[in-house]
Amino acid sequence: MACFLVPATEAVITTAVQMVMKNKEKKADLSSSHATEKIESANAKTGFSVKLGWLNKMLWGGSALLAFEHLWHGEVVPYFPFLTAVTNGEVSDMLAEMSSVGVTMAILVTAIWGAMVAISGVIEKRTETSEEGV
Amino acid sequence: MTLLITVFAAVISTFIWYKKDDRKEYNRGFLCLMFWGASLMWTVDAVFEYAELGAEYFTPAFEDMINDAYLGISVVALGLIIWTVSVLIKDPKGVIRGALTQSR
Repeated sequence: MACFLVPATEAVITTAVQMVMKNKEKKADLSSSHATEKIESANAKTGFSVKLGWLNKMLWGGSALLAFEHLWHGEVVPYFPFLTAVTNGEVSDMLAEMSSVGVTMAILVTAIWGAMVAISGVIEKRTETSEEGV
Repeated sequence: MTLLITVFAAVISTFIWYKKDDRKEYNRGFLCLMFWGASLMWTVDAVFEYAELGAEYFTPAFEDMINDAYLGISVVALGLIIWTVSVLIKDPKGVIRGALTQSR
């Protein structure tokens, strides 16, 4: 009915967080620009804002393609109130679906992203230790 | 069927992302993540549907299957269009910028 709205809402929040993180990382880079070594080590690691970008791409992309599927099935319409469930008076069913299917979608995508971040962290640590060894 | 077609698109785009060196230049990661995001979401949808229908979920009517396949191909086309627009906006080789300045 409108399950894609849950990951889309998460995407809005994570995009805002990514923008804030990007600015903070830029400021931190500028403030430590006198220590070149520090910059080099920071560049070797993938910034958290970049990692958050992976989540954003999955959430925005997935939500967009799911929105198209809903449009295909006539559950979303290009005119107000945009959701057929609202027009048909099935708001409670729609909310129930959003809280079950929609929330599970958002949790699964975030969990997969969490695993990706964890794996990249392990790879970065391994690279660091192997470089130190050399 | 939509899920299956999207998963194939995700796997193929990931393979291309892995193989080609110019992955950042052409936003290939974005294409992969978009298809993987949609695949994960449709997997959840499929699990809930399976919980509701049981084994019947795996034996859809022929007409439904055709419609779902048509939808899946359309979804892949839409994903590719979104990706193409993102590459054109990024314009990594400056082709569009060049064409616009030449036409002036």
